Amino acid sequence: MIAVRGLSKRFGAVQALDAVTFDAADGEITGLLGPNGAGKSTCLRILSTVISADSGTATVGGIDVAADPLGVRRVLGVLPHSAGLYQQLTAAENIAYYGRLHGLPEPLLAKRVEELLDRLDLRAIAHRKAKGFSQGERTKVALARALVHDPKHLLLDEPTNGLDVMATRHLRDWLRELRDQGCCVLLSSHIMQEVEALVDRLVIIAGGRVVERGTPAELAARHPGRNLEEIFVAAVLGASRGAAA
Amino acid sequence: MRRAIAVVCRKELLETARDRRIMFSLLLGPLLGPVLFAVIMSVAVSQSVSSIEEPLEVPMLGIEQAPNLQAFLAARGIEPLAEHGLQDADDAAAAVARGEHDLVLALDERFAKDFGTTAAARITLIFDRSKSRASGRVERVRRALGAYASRIGTLRLVALGVDPLLLRPIAIDERDVSTPAGRSALMLGMLTYFLLFAMLTGGLHLAIDSTAGERERRSLEPLLSLPVARTELLLGKMAATVICMLLTLGLTLAAFPVAVHYLPLERVGMSAGFGAGTALAVFGVLAPFAPLGAAVMMLVASFTKTYREAQTYLTFVLLVPTIPLVFAMILNVEPRAALMWIPSLSQHLQIMALLRQEPVPLSLAALSAGTTLAFGAAVAALAARFYRRESLLG
Repeated sequence: MIAVRGLSKRFGAVQALDAVTFDAADGEITGLLGPNGAGKSTCLRILSTVISADSGTATVGGIDVAADPLGVRRVLGVLPHSAGLYQQLTAAENIAYYGRLHGLPEPLLAKRVEELLDRLDLRAIAHRKAKGFSQGERTKVALARALVHDPKHLLLDEPTNGLDVMATRHLRDWLRELRDQGCCVLLSSHIMQEVEALVDRLVIIAGGRVVERGTPAELAARHPGRNLEEIFVAAVLGASRGAAA
Repeated sequence: MRRAIAVVCRKELLETARDRRIMFSLLLGPLLGPVLFAVIMSVAVSQSVSSIEEPLEVPMLGIEQAPNLQAFLAARGIEPLAEHGLQDADDAAAAVARGEHDLVLALDERFAKDFGTTAAARITLIFDRSKSRASGRVERVRRALGAYASRIGTLRLVALGVDPLLLRPIAIDERDVSTPAGRSALMLGMLTYFLLFAMLTGGLHLAIDSTAGERERRSLEPLLSLPVARTELLLGKMAATVICMLLTLGLTLAAFPVAVHYLPLERVGMSAGFGAGTALAVFGVLAPFAPLGAAVMMLVASFTKTYREAQTYLTFVLLVPTIPLVFAMILNVEPRAALMWIPSLSQHLQIMALLRQEPVPLSLAALSAGTTLAFGAAVAALAARFYRRESLLG
């Protein structure tokens, strides 16, 4: 369970987050939806403890990100926007490196790496250097790397960026599988259709504020006669009018 | 905690070892550097040797007036140049200025008439002082002429029944106490900087890659979201950088005795004094500098955006250790406690002493190593502070 309460963050003159509040429950996929620059990445970065909030609190699995960042990182898997691999290491070595830094003992680590190679269909490239990987292969390895310590919580920043149709479908399947195992999955996106097909719950943010939230069904009930994309566009436009006023 | 440092260090070294281009440039420096150094030194040595014995042909105007002088010079390997086409002293001056001759000897037209009277017979040496190549030859001709003049003077005094020693109220004897190794130390003076440069270059890639490089290829953010303190990541990367630097230094020092072996230092009465023992001692002297160098490079790389930007800044950083060395060479300083706290200078002074085969007091060596390591720790702490900033993500 991820709980965000009144989170604010300012970069110079830009108010990236303005009192953002939402929950992401265990066993659910929560989509953080918003146009480019809405504050999605900033929010995920605060949750992954690489930057800190100006005010407000956030907890991951009940652990406060500001008070115990190392504790949060232990229960969290992170797939940042266009995450890079180490070019000179093989797929298996890239995954194992993160496992060692998570402090996994060697026998368990070896078992986990084998499992992930199978589950994410990485056998063919397991012992090839990451140098020549396609975008899809890179994303798969980065996801395996984020899952190496079997985290209860998973943060993904625009995970389908640059992936082709097949790779996107595979990714969705894995995320559903993780959800079914009880994982708390929080992903960001700016593509409505993608989120619609995948998420259980939606948080739409624009201009650093939460403008809509709920399950797709709740949103549809609240805005009769509109599809999700229309609801999204209306919410974003409403937010920018609010900011101008 | 120590495990994470070791994991990071091992991964950085593995990645470096796998990169063929980086390995090539890492090996090229240590192997080619000493060869280059040996070639430069041997050219310098052979030039200073050659000007001593080589027969020298000099245009001599009006030498037919002085057959005895000509014979005297010929006995010292200085012969008149047969065909020079020079008419007079002005002509000769123009030719020297144009660089056609290094020097010209012009006897006064009244030379024969004045010689043997109380008036001094005049000889003009025409040369260009700004040409360093000619200075050895000019000096040689000048000495030969002086010797001739003093012999003639002595003979005249004897002919008049005067003791020639009257003209030498003071006898000056010279006793040069520099050992052959000491003389070559002068020529090997640039060695310290050469070694420091090789060592820093060896760690350059890793220092940049660990911060600016990680950021550029977008692997820094996922790395920072692992349950490892940033200071530990930094220390692991720094350890890998230090190991790389020490390996480069070791390789360079291993190649040095081989290269110096082929130097014709003995021809100018020098011995290099650069055996395996000296190489090992030099390694021990320079090793404490590696953490400081690594910390400085990582500090600079931590606030640059890209690999290329870091490389630009670090090119200047590589020049910083030369500043104390330049002062040392100009002021010709000796090892003393007041100076041994300055990194790079203290290493330089110890290496010079090692090459001169002079002992360095253990307390001074310890002071040098201690202060250099302390500086390294201070800069590493500063780098860790920079590493903890949010803007590290870029």
